[in-house]
Amino acid sequence: MTAARSARKGTLVAVISTLVVATIVAISIGSSPSWPLVQKAFFDGTYFSTSLPSVLGAFAINIQLFVLAEILILPLGLLIALARSITSPALAPLRIFATIYTDFFRGVPSILVIYVLGFGVPALRLPGVPKEPFFWALVTLVLIYSAYVSEVYRAGIESIHPSQERAARALGLTRLQALRYVVLPQALRRVVPPLLNDFIGLQKDTALVSILGVVEAFKQAQILKSANFNFTPLMTTALIFLVITIPMTRLVDRLAAKDRATQQGGTR
Amino acid sequence: MSTARSRIAIGQTTRMAVVVMAISMLLAACTSSTASPTASVGASCVKENLAVKTAGKLTLSTDNPAYSPWFQGGNEGSTVWTGEFNNEPSKGQGYEGAVAYAVAAKLGFTADKVVWIHTTFDASFAPGAKDFDLFLNQVSINTARAEAIDFSSGYYDVTQAVVTREGSPMAGAASIADLKTAKLGAQIGTTSLDAINNVIKPDTAAAVFNSNDEAVAALEGGIIDAIVTDLPTAQYMSSVQLTGGIIVGQLPSAGGAQEQFGIVMEKGSSLAACVSSAVEALKADGTLAALLKQWIPDIANAPVLK
Repeated sequence: MTAARSARKGTLVAVISTLVVATIVAISIGSSPSWPLVQKAFFDGTYFSTSLPSVLGAFAINIQLFVLAEILILPLGLLIALARSITSPALAPLRIFATIYTDFFRGVPSILVIYVLGFGVPALRLPGVPKEPFFWALVTLVLIYSAYVSEVYRAGIESIHPSQERAARALGLTRLQALRYVVLPQALRRVVPPLLNDFIGLQKDTALVSILGVVEAFKQAQILKSANFNFTPLMTTALIFLVITIPMTRLVDRLAAKDRATQQGGTR
Repeated sequence: MSTARSRIAIGQTTRMAVVVMAISMLLAACTSSTASPTASVGASCVKENLAVKTAGKLTLSTDNPAYSPWFQGGNEGSTVWTGEFNNEPSKGQGYEGAVAYAVAAKLGFTADKVVWIHTTFDASFAPGAKDFDLFLNQVSINTARAEAIDFSSGYYDVTQAVVTREGSPMAGAASIADLKTAKLGAQIGTTSLDAINNVIKPDTAAAVFNSNDEAVAALEGGIIDAIVTDLPTAQYMSSVQLTGGIIVGQLPSAGGAQEQFGIVMEKGSSLAACVSSAVEALKADGTLAALLKQWIPDIANAPVLK
């Protein structure tokens, strides 16, 4: 049997087994006596089409929030990662601060941070301090995701073999130069897939802004849900999020596969 | 959760049928007995014939926390809510608490045969069997909602009101025109949100919060200028929750049928007709009016905005 024939046979088997499993799942769900009830409550065509325009319109806020947050998180996360990687005793406070920061913001639920910042800080009524919910939602996401992203960066930096830095130093580069020209370029390439993974999480968490009263996609769907006692608008929102996140998920997979191939192909 | 959730009720044929049936049952009941709290509301509506969740008991439900003036009591001597229920509904205090026990009595369930559980607003209309017989949580009746659950006849006529606080740009507002420039907030899924959009029509879109507690926090923080909610809740906010709370006034109706709160039951519930006739009987014999006067006495004092 040739390799091509074997591959074709593999594909065929995969297609058949997928169809069999999907059919079994569909039949067992559809045979439930309550399925029509669930279908009407969650997958109603009329509620889907009437909710789509308004939910899609509100989704613009999620996109703004996501794009702005990402732009801020990328450099901030790197700075925190570098602060944590500092070995100089004189700069120990910086390292300790970075450690406490990542421990805290990775450990506390985002929803609590947004409550405290979004409702608590404006209540102080300090002059010049913004009270816009969008601003505080942005701050919350940047704080939380910078902590996650900094750990991704740090893992990347630490994955570069120490011999790389030593070789660079032997060539006369300063510690900073070695970091800038030798360690970081390799580390950053390696962390692109996990970074994108965090950003998929970030996209979904933009719905947190709804807590502060902002009518974004999820809140718009909730409004329609409560008005009609029908959950379909939430499914509309799910679909919109999936349309954005699935291509990104596939991109992550592809980059990871490419990275693996590069690694296995030897050094460049 | 504590507000009028949803759009104005529009007469629906099935609901009309229930009301008609309720009235005819009531007439039948009135010939045999006066409407005392324990009187039966119709031959088929006696306790023994009702298909309740737990035999011999009526399972009632509301959300947790429950809010004054809808539910009261249970946290005496403490200003901090800590109990399984906050504003314990089994005390039968507060307007909805009292109505719940009055309806139970009409159906033949004495107070010791009433069981309370708590159900979130969303769970009350999720598809499938419910674990409560009756759910009272300031739920406004409307036709779209009646597709998912059954409503009793309305037990409360809803009016919307605007509440603000001292120091807010809206503190001096006295008309609907004054509110046009306000940043307004309301609780999600409420008719209050519809009142903002249909009656006030403000320049900036309303902020929509998951509960009135968040709306109060936003008003305190100056994120919004005023809250629109049902009048009793507005009174509670201005007198208890807000420091320097002010009721700007009531909003006129946007037109259409009078908005009402109804008791929620499982879709196709065999109790629906009996519960509606119990509510109608309580309305007819003046019990609802008396309970309203007892628990929400200051209702008429807020001016109607023009």
